[in-house]
Amino acid sequence: MKRMVDFTVNGEAREMAVDGCRSLLDALRDDVGLTGTKKGCDVGDCGACTVLVDGEPVNACLMLAVEAEGRAVETIEGLQPDVDRLHPLQDAFMRHGASQCGFCTPGILMMAKKLLDDNPRPTDEEIRFGLSGNICRCTGYTKIFDAIKSAAREMEAARP
Amino acid sequence: MRRFDYHRAETLEQASRLLTELGDDTFVFNGGTDLLVEIRERLRRVRNVVDIKQIPGLSDITYDETRGLTFGALVTVGRLENLSLVRQRYPNLRSALASLGSIQVRNRATVVGNICRASPSADTIPPLVADGAFVHIYSRTDMRVVPIAEFFTGAGKTVLAKGEIVTGITVPPAADNIGKAYLKHGRRKAMELSTVGVAVSLAMEEGVCSDIRIALGAVGATVLRAPQAEAMLRGTRLDAAAVRNAADKAMEECTPISNVRASADYRRDMVGVLTGRAIKQALETFA
Ligand SMILES: Cc1cc2nc3c(=O)[nH]c(=O)nc-3n(C[C@@H](O)[C@@H](O)[C@H](O)COP(=O)(O)OP(=O)(O)OC[C@H]3O[C@@H](n4cnc5c(N)ncnc54)[C@H](O)[C@@H]3O)c2cc1C
Ligand code: FES
Ligand code: FES
Repeated sequence: MKRMVDFTVNGEAREMAVDGCRSLLDALRDDVGLTGTKKGCDVGDCGACTVLVDGEPVNACLMLAVEAEGRAVETIEGLQPDVDRLHPLQDAFMRHGASQCGFCTPGILMMAKKLLDDNPRPTDEEIRFGLSGNICRCTGYTKIFDAIKSAAREMEAARP
Repeated sequence: MRRFDYHRAETLEQASRLLTELGDDTFVFNGGTDLLVEIRERLRRVRNVVDIKQIPGLSDITYDETRGLTFGALVTVGRLENLSLVRQRYPNLRSALASLGSIQVRNRATVVGNICRASPSADTIPPLVADGAFVHIYSRTDMRVVPIAEFFTGAGKTVLAKGEIVTGITVPPAADNIGKAYLKHGRRKAMELSTVGVAVSLAMEEGVCSDIRIALGAVGATVLRAPQAEAMLRGTRLDAAAVRNAADKAMEECTPISNVRASADYRRDMVGVLTGRAIKQALETFA
């Protein structure tokens, strides 16, 4: 039996009819058409599917689409503030080479955004702790941590 | 596709009715971090899930000096982890909460779901057992309260009957003379199930240990107490020799198995090491 779900994705109101057993991840990718959020494992281990729900990071593979009713979902597609401007984290990831195959990148960027929103000057330990649910099999993490620290400095400097 | 039907209950009564009427393979759906993984990995046959998250009154957290800490079935691991009260008064539970999965998992996983799944390696169970917590259970005929040590009947098994729902957990108050610790041992620091987990909760009166509870995780079908080790420590000053002897006794009292994470012998050795360390750390909480 399909259920109607009303929610917002990146600030835009959406309505969709989904099966009760559909994950939020599958609904975002296949019903909403936002394929930026990745499916690495489908069981909560890798973090590639990380999105923010009412501002909190969750694994979209471990949430049902019907549970998004009335909630605000933010995905990687909404991270860019403008069409012609990247978020400082995206910019820093490019400059530092923090993305190789890129499969982990959307999840890591959403997690890093939340981390910096809560804690604008994280220590190395806090970054590691914050990202412990996001696995990257390419970069060895060093460049990811460098990019996050660099974005944190730029965001701090840009604040009035 | 592992298909199942989704039902949303608005009241406990309705949830309980659905659980009994929809037949076998119907389960409470809370944070879903165990249930969805078990469905995807085909570890559990599920035909229906009953979402309890819209039921009012199951999200509260309260504390008072006589009753202690009470939290509802929907309270997530992450929400409790970030409470300063839990940090200060329940450092053993807090350390278990902070070590469970990732931030993303903790934002969805509930403590009640963690105990209901009854995994031998569940992290929140040892500190709740060491603290003597109580489980509140709803059924359509009555409410009952069960000491957490009696809640588990085997690996993955609990006393819950069909249609029963856990509404919350109460952890007794933490007086100033009580020290606590939980040590989790795994192959790495984060995103790891415990190979061995040891929780200690102890009371000191004028330098003498008046009470102590030791709970051992992942070394038996359920979380175990170490009653003989505890008896050896009551009435002592918890000096190094007493602690060492009791830790040796705890090694005899556990019943570990070998699996992918560690051998039985290694687990038993780690019970000895961690019991000693946990007692030391619990004593440091008053220093
Ligand atoms: C990537 C990952 C890492 C993890 N790491 C750890 C870890 O380090 N340590 C650890 O201990 N656990 C770990 N877990 C498991 C942990 O997330 C779960 O045990 C969680 O706490 C279960 O809570 P839930 O709300 O998600 O339960 P659900 O999945 O919704 O339910 C779990 C079980 O409990 C039953 N249930 C739930 N609520 C009730 C209720 N109120 N009344 C009756 N029955 C109920 C359900 O029917 C089901 O059988 C991990 C999980 C994942 C996906
Ligand atoms: S796809 Fe969700 S955590 Fe891996
Ligand atoms: S860049 Fe390939 S997984 Fe991280």
